[in-house]
Amino acid sequence: MQYHTPGSFDDAATIAAKAEGVTRFLAGGTDVLVQLRADMVTPDVLIDIKHIDGVSDIAREDGGWRIGVAVTGAEMTEHPELDKEWPGVVEAMDLIGSTQIQGRATLVGNLCNGSPAADSVPAMIAAGASVSVVGPDGSRTIKVEDVPTGPGRTSLEKGEVVSAVHLPARGDNGGDAYLRFIPRTEMDIAVVGCGVNLRLDGDRVAEARVSLGAVAPTVLLVEEAAQAVIGTTLDAAALEALSAAASAACKPINDKRGTIEFRTHVAGVLAKRAAKIAYDRAGGAK
Amino acid sequence: MPNVSMTVNGKAVSAEVEPRTLLVQFLREKLSLTGTHVGCDTSQCGACVVHVNGKSVKACTTLAVQHEGADVTTIEGLAQNGELHPMQEAFKEHHGLQCGFCTPGMVMSAIDLVKTHPNPDEKTIREGLEGNICRCTGYHNIVKAVKAAADNMGG
Ligand SMILES: Cc1cc2nc3c(=O)[nH]c(=O)nc-3n(C[C@H](O)[C@H](O)[C@H](O)COP(=O)(O)OP(=O)(O)OC[C@H]3O[C@@H](n4cnc5c(N)ncnc54)[C@H](O)[C@@H]3O)c2cc1C
Ligand code: FES
Ligand code: FES
Repeated sequence: MQYHTPGSFDDAATIAAKAEGVTRFLAGGTDVLVQLRADMVTPDVLIDIKHIDGVSDIAREDGGWRIGVAVTGAEMTEHPELDKEWPGVVEAMDLIGSTQIQGRATLVGNLCNGSPAADSVPAMIAAGASVSVVGPDGSRTIKVEDVPTGPGRTSLEKGEVVSAVHLPARGDNGGDAYLRFIPRTEMDIAVVGCGVNLRLDGDRVAEARVSLGAVAPTVLLVEEAAQAVIGTTLDAAALEALSAAASAACKPINDKRGTIEFRTHVAGVLAKRAAKIAYDRAGGAK
Repeated sequence: MPNVSMTVNGKAVSAEVEPRTLLVQFLREKLSLTGTHVGCDTSQCGACVVHVNGKSVKACTTLAVQHEGADVTTIEGLAQNGELHPMQEAFKEHHGLQCGFCTPGMVMSAIDLVKTHPNPDEKTIREGLEGNICRCTGYHNIVKAVKAAADNMGG
Protein backbone atom coordinates (compact mmCIF):
# COMPACT_ATOMS: atom_id res chain seq x y z
CA MET A 1 0.00 0.00 0.00
CA GLN A 2 1.25 3.47 -0.93
CA TYR A 3 0.50 6.32 1.45
CA HIS A 4 0.42 9.89 0.10
CA THR A 5 0.01 13.23 1.88
CA PRO A 6 -0.62 15.77 -0.90
CA GLY A 7 -0.54 19.48 -0.03
CA SER A 8 -3.33 20.50 -2.44
CA PHE A 9 -6.51 19.09 -3.93
CA ASP A 10 -4.99 19.33 -7.40
CA ASP A 11 -2.14 17.10 -6.27
CA ALA A 12 -4.58 14.74 -4.58
CA ALA A 13 -6.60 14.51 -7.80
CA THR A 14 -3.46 13.94 -9.87
CA ILE A 15 -2.28 11.13 -7.60
CA ALA A 16 -5.74 9.55 -7.65
CA ALA A 17 -6.05 9.86 -11.43
CA LYS A 18 -2.72 8.07 -11.95
CA ALA A 19 -3.25 5.49 -9.21
CA GLU A 20 -3.43 1.85 -10.14
CA GLY A 21 -5.59 -0.50 -8.15
CA VAL A 22 -7.89 0.27 -5.27
CA THR A 23 -7.67 3.94 -4.30
CA ARG A 24 -9.08 5.54 -1.17
CA PHE A 25 -8.93 8.98 0.33
CA LEU A 26 -8.20 9.12 4.03
CA ALA A 27 -10.29 11.62 5.98
CA GLY A 28 -11.10 10.35 9.49
CA GLY A 29 -10.41 6.76 8.48
CA THR A 30 -13.34 5.42 10.51
CA ASP A 31 -14.63 3.56 7.46
CA VAL A 32 -11.44 3.12 5.45
CA LEU A 33 -9.33 1.70 8.26
CA VAL A 34 -12.09 -0.52 9.63
CA GLN A 35 -12.48 -2.00 6.13
CA LEU A 36 -8.70 -2.39 5.89
CA ARG A 37 -8.49 -4.21 9.21
CA ALA A 38 -11.31 -6.51 8.30
CA ASP A 39 -9.60 -7.29 4.96
CA MET A 40 -12.76 -6.08 3.23
CA VAL A 41 -10.97 -3.39 1.23
CA THR A 42 -7.20 -3.07 1.20
CA PRO A 43 -6.29 0.07 -0.71
CA ASP A 44 -3.29 -0.04 -3.01
CA VAL A 45 -3.12 3.74 -2.82
CA LEU A 46 -4.22 5.72 0.22
CA ILE A 47 -4.33 9.50 -0.12
CA ASP A 48 -4.44 11.37 3.19
CA ILE A 49 -6.17 14.70 2.55
CA LYS A 50 -5.65 16.14 6.03
CA HIS A 51 -2.44 17.96 5.13
CA ILE A 52 -4.17 20.29 2.67
CA ASP A 53 -4.63 23.90 3.84
CA GLY A 54 -8.05 24.83 5.15
CA VAL A 55 -9.48 21.29 5.38
CA SER A 56 -10.30 21.74 9.07
CA ASP A 57 -12.05 25.12 8.68
CA ILE A 58 -15.72 25.90 9.18
CA ALA A 59 -16.12 29.24 7.39
CA ARG A 60 -18.88 31.65 6.38
CA GLU A 61 -19.70 31.58 2.69
CA ASP A 62 -22.53 33.49 0.97
CA GLY A 63 -24.44 33.65 4.24
CA GLY A 64 -24.13 29.87 4.61
CA TRP A 65 -21.18 27.67 5.49
CA ARG A 66 -18.21 26.05 3.87
CA ILE A 67 -17.15 22.99 5.84
CA GLY A 68 -13.69 21.56 5.22
CA VAL A 69 -13.35 17.89 4.33
CA ALA A 70 -11.41 17.03 7.50
CA VAL A 71 -13.79 18.82 9.91
CA THR A 72 -14.87 16.23 12.47
CA GLY A 73 -18.25 15.60 14.04
CA ALA A 74 -16.91 16.89 17.35
CA GLU A 75 -15.77 20.15 15.73
CA MET A 76 -19.23 20.66 14.23
CA THR A 77 -20.97 20.04 17.57
CA GLU A 78 -18.62 22.50 19.25
CA HIS A 79 -19.44 25.24 16.71
CA PRO A 80 -22.32 27.22 18.30
CA GLU A 81 -23.32 29.21 15.20
CA LEU A 82 -23.37 26.21 12.90
CA ASP A 83 -25.39 24.29 15.47
CA LYS A 84 -27.84 27.17 15.81
CA GLU A 85 -28.42 27.45 12.06
CA TRP A 86 -28.33 23.78 11.00
CA PRO A 87 -29.11 21.75 14.14
CA GLY A 88 -30.40 18.84 12.05
CA VAL A 89 -27.12 18.44 10.18
CA VAL A 90 -25.12 18.76 13.40
CA GLU A 91 -27.29 16.28 15.34
CA ALA A 92 -27.10 13.76 12.50
CA MET A 93 -23.30 13.93 12.44
CA ASP A 94 -23.21 13.78 16.24
CA LEU A 95 -24.97 10.39 16.18
CA ILE A 96 -21.94 8.79 14.54
CA GLY A 97 -19.94 6.74 17.03
CA SER A 98 -18.48 7.58 20.39
CA THR A 99 -16.11 10.34 21.55
CA GLN A 100 -13.11 8.86 19.73
CA ILE A 101 -15.00 8.29 16.47
CA GLN A 102 -16.48 11.81 16.77
CA GLY A 103 -12.95 13.13 17.02
CA ARG A 104 -12.19 11.81 13.52
CA ALA A 105 -15.31 11.10 11.43
CA THR A 106 -16.23 13.60 8.69
CA LEU A 107 -19.30 14.51 6.62
CA VAL A 108 -17.54 13.76 3.35
CA GLY A 109 -16.30 10.37 4.56
CA ASN A 110 -19.84 9.53 5.62
CA LEU A 111 -21.13 10.61 2.19
CA CYS A 112 -18.42 9.02 0.02
CA ASN A 113 -18.40 5.72 1.87
CA GLY A 114 -21.73 5.35 0.11
CA SER A 115 -23.73 3.62 2.83
CA PRO A 116 -27.49 3.99 2.34
CA ALA A 117 -27.70 4.22 6.15
CA ALA A 118 -25.15 7.05 6.53
CA ASP A 119 -26.64 9.35 9.15
CA SER A 120 -25.43 12.74 7.98
CA VAL A 121 -26.54 12.24 4.39
CA PRO A 122 -30.35 12.63 4.75
CA ALA A 123 -29.71 15.70 6.91
CA MET A 124 -27.38 17.23 4.30
CA ILE A 125 -29.83 16.45 1.49
CA ALA A 126 -32.74 17.98 3.42
CA ALA A 127 -30.60 21.06 4.06
CA GLY A 128 -29.88 21.44 0.34
CA ALA A 129 -26.15 20.93 0.78
CA SER A 130 -23.71 20.52 -2.09
CA VAL A 131 -20.07 19.51 -2.44
CA SER A 132 -17.20 20.92 -4.49
CA VAL A 133 -15.20 18.35 -6.37
CA VAL A 134 -11.72 18.73 -7.85
CA GLY A 135 -10.73 16.36 -10.63
CA PRO A 136 -8.11 15.97 -13.33
CA ASP A 137 -10.28 18.05 -15.70
CA GLY A 138 -11.11 20.86 -13.27
CA SER A 139 -13.73 21.49 -10.63
CA ARG A 140 -17.48 21.06 -10.36
CA THR A 141 -20.20 21.36 -7.75
CA ILE A 142 -22.61 18.48 -7.12
CA LYS A 143 -25.76 18.38 -5.00
CA VAL A 144 -25.36 15.90 -2.17
CA GLU A 145 -28.33 13.83 -3.42
CA ASP A 146 -26.48 13.27 -6.69
CA VAL A 147 -23.37 11.80 -5.05
CA PRO A 148 -24.49 8.30 -3.93
CA THR A 149 -25.42 5.96 -6.79
CA GLY A 150 -25.76 2.68 -4.89
CA PRO A 151 -24.41 0.91 -1.80
CA GLY A 152 -20.70 1.77 -1.67
CA ARG A 153 -20.85 3.64 -4.98
CA THR A 154 -20.75 7.35 -5.84
CA SER A 155 -20.93 9.50 -8.96
CA LEU A 156 -17.34 10.68 -8.43
CA GLU A 157 -15.11 9.81 -11.37
CA LYS A 158 -11.65 8.32 -11.04
CA GLY A 159 -9.34 11.07 -9.83
CA GLU A 160 -12.09 13.20 -8.34
CA VAL A 161 -11.82 14.36 -4.74
CA VAL A 162 -14.35 16.35 -2.71
CA SER A 163 -12.79 19.63 -1.57
CA ALA A 164 -15.56 21.13 0.58
CA VAL A 165 -19.17 20.83 1.74
CA HIS A 166 -21.46 23.82 1.28
CA LEU A 167 -24.49 24.49 3.43
CA PRO A 168 -26.80 27.22 2.08
CA ALA A 169 -27.70 30.36 4.02
CA ARG A 170 -30.21 29.46 6.72
CA GLY A 171 -32.38 32.54 6.17
CA ASP A 172 -35.35 33.46 8.33
CA ASN A 173 -38.07 31.15 9.66
CA GLY A 174 -36.24 27.96 8.79
CA GLY A 175 -35.49 24.83 10.78
CA ASP A 176 -34.14 21.33 10.19
CA ALA A 177 -34.08 18.07 12.12
CA TYR A 178 -32.76 14.52 11.79
CA LEU A 179 -34.02 11.39 13.54
CA ARG A 180 -33.04 7.77 13.16
CA PHE A 181 -34.31 4.49 14.48
CA ILE A 182 -31.82 1.98 15.82
CA PRO A 183 -32.49 -1.20 17.79
CA ARG A 184 -30.12 -0.10 20.57
CA THR A 185 -29.87 3.37 22.09
CA GLU A 186 -26.31 4.05 20.91
CA MET A 187 -23.53 2.86 18.60
CA ASP A 188 -25.64 1.22 15.94
CA ILE A 189 -26.49 1.68 12.27
CA ALA A 190 -29.74 3.35 11.25
CA VAL A 191 -32.62 1.03 10.33
CA VAL A 192 -34.36 4.16 9.07
CA GLY A 193 -33.14 7.77 9.10
CA CYS A 194 -35.09 10.90 8.21
CA GLY A 195 -34.04 14.50 7.64
CA VAL A 196 -36.59 17.32 7.31
CA ASN A 197 -35.91 20.98 6.51
CA LEU A 198 -38.73 23.54 6.49
CA ARG A 199 -39.19 27.24 5.87
CA LEU A 200 -42.33 28.90 7.19
CA ASP A 201 -44.34 31.86 6.06
CA GLY A 202 -46.31 32.81 9.18
CA ASP A 203 -47.49 29.46 10.48
CA ARG A 204 -47.64 27.86 7.02
CA VAL A 205 -44.93 25.72 5.50
CA ALA A 206 -43.58 27.59 2.48
CA GLU A 207 -40.67 25.32 1.56
CA ALA A 208 -39.87 21.75 2.55
CA ARG A 209 -37.31 19.06 1.86
CA VAL A 210 -37.66 15.53 3.22
CA SER A 211 -34.97 12.88 2.91
CA LEU A 212 -34.96 9.23 3.98
CA GLY A 213 -31.98 6.99 4.70
CA ALA A 214 -31.64 3.19 4.92
CA VAL A 215 -34.88 2.47 3.06
CA ALA A 216 -33.47 2.15 -0.48
CA PRO A 217 -30.10 1.52 -2.19
CA THR A 218 -29.33 5.24 -1.88
CA VAL A 219 -30.52 7.99 0.43
CA LEU A 220 -33.74 9.43 -1.06
CA LEU A 221 -35.00 12.98 -1.52
CA VAL A 222 -38.76 12.48 -1.31
CA GLU A 223 -40.49 15.20 -3.30
CA GLU A 224 -44.02 13.85 -2.59
CA ALA A 225 -43.41 14.04 1.15
CA ALA A 226 -42.35 17.68 0.84
CA GLN A 227 -45.44 18.46 -1.27
CA ALA A 228 -47.65 16.89 1.41
CA VAL A 229 -46.75 19.60 3.92
CA ILE A 230 -46.16 22.69 1.74
CA GLY A 231 -48.97 25.19 2.22
CA THR A 232 -50.19 23.54 5.43
CA THR A 233 -49.78 24.48 9.09
CA LEU A 234 -48.47 20.96 9.69
CA ASP A 235 -51.86 19.97 11.08
CA ALA A 236 -52.89 16.37 11.67
CA ALA A 237 -54.03 15.85 8.07
CA ALA A 238 -50.73 17.19 6.70
CA LEU A 239 -48.75 14.92 9.02
CA GLU A 240 -50.77 11.90 7.88
CA ALA A 241 -50.17 12.80 4.24
CA LEU A 242 -46.45 13.27 4.96
CA SER A 243 -46.26 9.94 6.69
CA ALA A 244 -48.04 8.14 3.85
CA ALA A 245 -45.79 9.76 1.24
CA ALA A 246 -42.65 8.85 3.18
CA SER A 247 -43.74 5.23 3.56
CA ALA A 248 -44.71 5.04 -0.10
CA ALA A 249 -41.21 6.08 -1.16
CA CYS A 250 -39.51 3.20 0.69
CA LYS A 251 -37.91 0.30 -1.17
CA PRO A 252 -36.11 -1.25 1.77
CA ILE A 253 -34.26 -4.48 2.25
CA ASN A 254 -35.54 -7.20 4.56
CA ASP A 255 -33.03 -8.23 7.20
CA LYS A 256 -32.74 -9.24 10.80
CA ARG A 257 -32.46 -5.62 11.86
CA GLY A 258 -35.74 -4.61 10.26
CA THR A 259 -38.34 -6.18 8.00
CA ILE A 260 -39.72 -4.37 4.95
CA GLU A 261 -43.01 -3.66 6.73
CA PHE A 262 -41.23 -2.35 9.80
CA ARG A 263 -38.87 -0.04 7.92
CA THR A 264 -41.71 1.27 5.77
CA HIS A 265 -43.85 2.01 8.79
CA VAL A 266 -41.03 3.59 10.80
CA ALA A 267 -40.13 5.88 7.88
CA GLY A 268 -43.59 7.44 8.11
CA VAL A 269 -43.40 7.80 11.88
CA LEU A 270 -39.95 9.38 11.80
CA ALA A 271 -40.95 11.79 9.02
CA LYS A 272 -43.81 13.08 11.19
CA ARG A 273 -41.65 13.45 14.27
CA ALA A 274 -38.76 15.10 12.44
CA ALA A 275 -41.16 17.48 10.68
CA LYS A 276 -42.62 18.56 14.03
CA ILE A 277 -39.16 19.27 15.42
CA ALA A 278 -38.15 21.18 12.28
CA TYR A 279 -41.39 23.16 12.47
CA ASP A 280 -40.74 24.13 16.08
CA ARG A 281 -37.17 25.09 15.28
CA ALA A 282 -38.41 27.24 12.41
CA GLY A 283 -40.37 29.21 14.96
CA GLY A 284 -43.74 27.67 14.22
CA ALA A 285 -44.39 26.26 17.72
CA LYS A 286 -48.09 26.39 18.41
CA MET B 1 9.21 1.34 3.83
CA PRO B 2 8.47 4.78 5.24
CA ASN B 3 10.03 5.86 8.49
CA VAL B 4 7.92 7.32 11.26
CA SER B 5 9.11 9.28 14.31
CA MET B 6 7.02 10.22 17.29
CA THR B 7 7.21 10.68 21.03
CA VAL B 8 5.74 7.82 23.03
CA ASN B 9 5.42 8.21 26.79
CA GLY B 10 7.98 11.02 26.70
CA LYS B 11 10.58 9.09 24.68
CA ALA B 12 11.49 9.79 21.08
CA VAL B 13 10.98 6.70 18.94
CA SER B 14 11.57 6.09 15.27
CA ALA B 15 11.01 3.03 13.12
CA GLU B 16 10.38 1.80 9.61
CA VAL B 17 6.80 0.67 9.15
CA GLU B 18 4.58 -0.69 6.42
CA PRO B 19 2.10 2.10 5.58
CA ARG B 20 -0.79 -0.19 6.55
CA THR B 21 0.55 -0.67 10.09
CA LEU B 22 -2.03 0.55 12.59
CA LEU B 23 -0.88 2.72 15.48
CA VAL B 24 -1.90 -0.06 17.88
CA GLN B 25 0.28 -2.60 16.03
CA PHE B 26 3.18 -0.15 16.10
CA LEU B 27 2.83 0.31 19.86
CA ARG B 28 2.38 -3.36 20.69
CA GLU B 29 4.62 -5.04 18.12
CA LYS B 30 7.42 -2.52 17.47
CA LEU B 31 7.60 -0.92 20.91
CA SER B 32 6.36 -3.90 22.98
CA LEU B 33 3.89 -1.64 24.78
CA THR B 34 1.30 -4.34 25.20
CA GLY B 35 -0.75 -2.49 27.80
CA THR B 36 -2.81 -1.11 24.93
CA HIS B 37 -5.22 -3.91 24.02
CA VAL B 38 -7.09 -4.99 20.90
CA GLY B 39 -10.56 -6.24 21.68
CA CYS B 40 -12.43 -6.08 18.39
CA ASP B 41 -11.96 -5.60 14.69
CA THR B 42 -14.73 -3.05 14.18
CA SER B 43 -13.46 -0.02 16.14
CA GLN B 44 -16.17 -0.42 18.72
CA CYS B 45 -14.68 -1.77 21.94
CA GLY B 46 -12.24 0.97 22.97
CA ALA B 47 -9.64 -1.39 24.50
CA CYS B 48 -7.03 0.30 22.28
CA VAL B 49 -7.59 3.93 23.35
CA VAL B 50 -4.40 6.00 23.76
CA HIS B 51 -3.81 9.74 23.82
CA VAL B 52 -2.47 11.48 20.73
CA ASN B 53 -1.49 15.08 21.43
CA GLY B 54 -3.63 14.91 24.58
CA LYS B 55 -6.82 13.60 22.97
CA SER B 56 -8.21 10.08 23.22
CA VAL B 57 -7.93 8.13 20.00
CA LYS B 58 -8.71 4.53 19.06
CA ALA B 59 -5.26 3.29 18.12
CA CYS B 60 -6.80 0.56 15.97
CA THR B 61 -8.44 3.13 13.70
CA THR B 62 -5.44 5.17 12.70
CA LEU B 63 -2.21 4.37 10.91
CA ALA B 64 1.21 4.73 12.49
CA VAL B 65 2.39 6.84 9.52
CA GLN B 66 -0.33 9.38 10.25
CA HIS B 67 1.39 10.25 13.52
CA GLU B 68 4.70 11.63 12.34
CA GLY B 69 5.81 14.08 15.05
CA ALA B 70 2.90 13.26 17.36
CA ASP B 71 3.00 12.99 21.12
CA VAL B 72 1.49 9.66 22.17
CA THR B 73 0.69 8.49 25.69
CA THR B 74 -0.27 4.90 26.46
CA ILE B 75 -1.41 3.33 29.73
CA GLU B 76 2.27 2.59 30.49
CA GLY B 77 3.03 6.30 30.44
CA LEU B 78 0.56 7.36 33.13
CA ALA B 79 2.26 6.38 36.38
CA GLN B 80 4.96 8.84 37.44
CA ASN B 81 7.86 7.79 39.67
CA GLY B 82 6.05 4.65 40.72
CA GLU B 83 2.86 6.57 41.63
CA LEU B 84 -0.31 5.57 39.82
CA HIS B 85 -2.25 8.27 38.01
CA PRO B 86 -5.32 9.36 40.07
CA MET B 87 -7.57 7.65 37.50
CA GLN B 88 -5.68 4.36 37.86
CA GLU B 89 -5.76 4.76 41.64
CA ALA B 90 -9.53 5.32 41.55
CA PHE B 91 -10.16 2.24 39.37
CA LYS B 92 -8.15 0.20 41.90
CA GLU B 93 -9.90 1.75 44.89
CA HIS B 94 -13.45 1.39 43.54
CA HIS B 95 -13.06 -2.01 41.84
CA GLY B 96 -13.54 -0.49 38.40
CA LEU B 97 -12.25 -3.70 36.82
CA GLN B 98 -12.60 -7.44 36.95
CA CYS B 99 -10.67 -9.18 34.19
CA GLY B 100 -8.95 -5.92 33.31
CA PHE B 101 -9.04 -6.34 29.54
CA CYS B 102 -10.99 -3.14 28.91
CA THR B 103 -9.22 -1.20 31.66
CA PRO B 104 -6.33 0.44 29.78
CA GLY B 105 -8.67 1.91 27.19
CA MET B 106 -11.28 2.74 29.80
CA VAL B 107 -8.71 4.65 31.88
CA MET B 108 -7.36 6.56 28.88
CA SER B 109 -10.87 7.53 27.74
CA ALA B 110 -11.84 8.51 31.28
CA ILE B 111 -8.83 10.82 31.63
CA ASP B 112 -9.77 12.63 28.43
CA LEU B 113 -13.38 12.81 29.61
CA VAL B 114 -12.41 14.41 32.93
CA LYS B 115 -10.14 16.86 31.11
CA THR B 116 -13.06 18.10 29.00
CA HIS B 117 -15.68 17.72 31.78
CA PRO B 118 -13.88 18.39 35.08
CA ASN B 119 -16.99 17.71 37.14
CA PRO B 120 -18.96 15.05 35.27
CA ASP B 121 -22.28 13.68 36.49
CA GLU B 122 -23.21 10.04 35.99
CA LYS B 123 -24.91 10.67 32.64
CA THR B 124 -21.89 12.53 31.27
CA ILE B 125 -19.60 9.70 32.35
CA ARG B 126 -21.79 7.01 30.82
CA GLU B 127 -22.12 8.93 27.57
CA GLY B 128 -18.44 9.84 27.48
CA LEU B 129 -17.46 6.18 27.82
CA GLU B 130 -19.89 5.02 25.14
CA GLY B 131 -16.99 3.93 22.94
CA ASN B 132 -15.55 1.62 25.62
CA ILE B 133 -17.14 -1.76 26.16
CA CYS B 134 -16.70 -3.80 29.34
CA ARG B 135 -17.95 -7.37 29.50
CA CYS B 136 -17.40 -7.87 33.23
CA THR B 137 -18.24 -5.02 35.53
CA GLY B 138 -21.64 -3.83 34.39
CA TYR B 139 -20.04 -0.37 34.39
CA HIS B 140 -21.34 0.61 37.83
CA ASN B 141 -17.96 0.67 39.55
CA ILE B 142 -16.30 2.20 36.52
CA VAL B 143 -18.66 5.16 36.78
CA LYS B 144 -17.95 5.40 40.51
CA ALA B 145 -14.21 5.30 39.89
CA VAL B 146 -14.35 8.02 37.26
CA LYS B 147 -16.44 10.24 39.53
CA ALA B 148 -14.01 9.75 42.41
CA ALA B 149 -11.01 10.40 40.19
CA ALA B 150 -12.62 13.57 38.85
CA ASP B 151 -13.05 14.78 42.43
CA ASN B 152 -9.43 13.90 43.27
CA MET B 153 -8.14 15.51 40.11
CA GLY B 154 -9.56 18.80 41.34
CA GLY B 155 -12.82 19.01 39.36
C1 LIG C 1 -17.62 2.51 16.05
C2 LIG C 1 -18.19 3.15 14.81
C3 LIG C 1 -19.48 3.66 14.83
C4 LIG C 1 -20.04 4.25 13.69
N1 LIG C 1 -21.31 4.74 13.77
C5 LIG C 1 -21.88 5.29 12.67
C6 LIG C 1 -23.23 5.80 12.74
O1 LIG C 1 -23.88 5.77 13.78
N2 LIG C 1 -23.75 6.35 11.60
C7 LIG C 1 -23.04 6.43 10.44
O2 LIG C 1 -23.57 6.96 9.47
N3 LIG C 1 -21.78 5.96 10.36
C8 LIG C 1 -21.18 5.39 11.43
N4 LIG C 1 -19.89 4.90 11.35
C9 LIG C 1 -19.18 4.94 10.06
C10 LIG C 1 -18.19 6.11 9.88
O3 LIG C 1 -17.72 6.57 11.14
C11 LIG C 1 -18.82 7.30 9.14
O4 LIG C 1 -19.25 6.88 7.88
C12 LIG C 1 -17.82 8.48 9.00
O5 LIG C 1 -18.53 9.67 8.75
C13 LIG C 1 -16.79 8.28 7.92
O6 LIG C 1 -15.97 9.44 7.86
P1 LIG C 1 -14.37 9.35 7.81
O7 LIG C 1 -13.89 10.76 7.74
O8 LIG C 1 -13.84 8.54 8.92
O9 LIG C 1 -14.19 8.61 6.42
P2 LIG C 1 -12.96 7.75 5.85
O10 LIG C 1 -12.98 6.40 6.45
O11 LIG C 1 -11.71 8.53 5.93
O12 LIG C 1 -13.43 7.67 4.32
C14 LIG C 1 -14.64 7.01 3.95
C15 LIG C 1 -14.80 6.98 2.43
O13 LIG C 1 -14.92 8.29 1.91
C16 LIG C 1 -13.95 8.53 0.90
N5 LIG C 1 -13.52 9.90 1.05
C17 LIG C 1 -13.09 10.49 2.22
N6 LIG C 1 -12.80 11.78 1.98
C18 LIG C 1 -13.03 12.01 0.66
C19 LIG C 1 -12.92 13.15 -0.19
N7 LIG C 1 -12.51 14.35 0.31
N8 LIG C 1 -13.26 13.04 -1.49
C20 LIG C 1 -13.70 11.84 -1.99
N9 LIG C 1 -13.84 10.73 -1.24
C21 LIG C 1 -13.51 10.82 0.06
C22 LIG C 1 -12.85 7.51 1.13
O14 LIG C 1 -12.18 7.19 -0.08
C23 LIG C 1 -13.63 6.33 1.68
O15 LIG C 1 -14.17 5.57 0.64
C24 LIG C 1 -19.29 4.32 12.49
C25 LIG C 1 -17.99 3.82 12.45
C26 LIG C 1 -17.43 3.24 13.59
C27 LIG C 1 -16.03 2.72 13.53
S1 FES D 1 -9.54 -2.63 19.30
FE1 FES D 1 -11.67 -2.39 19.60
S2 FES D 1 -11.88 -0.27 19.30
FE2 FES D 1 -9.81 -0.54 18.91
S1 FES E 1 -13.09 -5.70 33.34
FE1 FES E 1 -13.30 -7.36 31.98
S2 FES E 1 -13.89 -6.33 30.19
FE2 FES E 1 -13.97 -4.76 31.61
